Amino acid sequence: MADEVPSLAESKLTALVVDDNFVNQTMHHKLLDRLGIQNDVVCNGQEAVDVHCSGRNYDLILMDMEMPILNGIQATKRLREMGIESKIAGVTTRANEGDKKEFMEAGLNDFQEKPLTISKLLSILHRLDFYVQT
Amino acid sequence: MDTLVAQLQRQFRDYTISLYHQGFLDDQFTELKKLQDECSPDFVAEVVSLFFEDCEKLIGNMARALDQTGNVDFSLVGSSVHQLKGSSSSVGAKRVKGLCVTFKECCDSQNFEGCVRCLQQVDIEYKSLKAKLQDLFNLEQQIVQAGGRIPQVDI
Repeated sequence: MADEVPSLAESKLTALVVDDNFVNQTMHHKLLDRLGIQNDVVCNGQEAVDVHCSGRNYDLILMDMEMPILNGIQATKRLREMGIESKIAGVTTRANEGDKKEFMEAGLNDFQEKPLTISKLLSILHRLDFYVQT
Repeated sequence: MDTLVAQLQRQFRDYTISLYHQGFLDDQFTELKKLQDECSPDFVAEVVSLFFEDCEKLIGNMARALDQTGNVDFSLVGSSVHQLKGSSSSVGAKRVKGLCVTFKECCDSQNFEGCVRCLQQVDIEYKSLKAKLQDLFNLEQQIVQAGGRIPQVDI
């Protein structure tokens, strides 16, 4: 099974996982690891903004929607206002059309329903034109 | 006559299949297993352990919120239910996730008795899953200790 997972080890992509739930943080971190994507994890939208204020930048941000302090919609808007051009993919279990529309309009490049899997993450990468080597 | 390893492997296979067929686990658990490899051989056990800690914490939060008789903050309960639904969904805990859907509806309609019932059921269900997964991990250990390999189980 491990041999079938494509690797992005040579692409040097970086990603930021933004999620307040430890289980999801662990899963998303591992999914990205398996695809060779170096990644950091933060617990809410405010930490995502703070890490960018400190000068860090990422190719991809996996942004949860519902989080304390600063939620995914607010954080996405703030990052875009700051001029952050990273690809941001919203990931949430709340996926009614109204919520999805509001999240997309905040500045997302893509949207995916949780739970994330290897194939869903590959779909995100493919739609956002990140190169996948098989 | 079957070797001990073959017997244990058959037991493991049958038990795994039963967990899926009885609705304790769904495809997401299979996805979780795909992420386990030589670099992280205990990944599944680590993630489910985090999940059960999450269950304990969130159920505690819900119980405290529901204990405020006459002054229950249903949005607070609902928020914890949403969290639990998210993490149960991520690990493939199908029954727990299903209960969270019902629980959320009770929170949204401010149905106190419904919420209390759901809380009791969620508590029973996560503990039941915890015991069953522990049995599964014990079987894995026995297979390895007997010199065998853990079989791939196609659901």
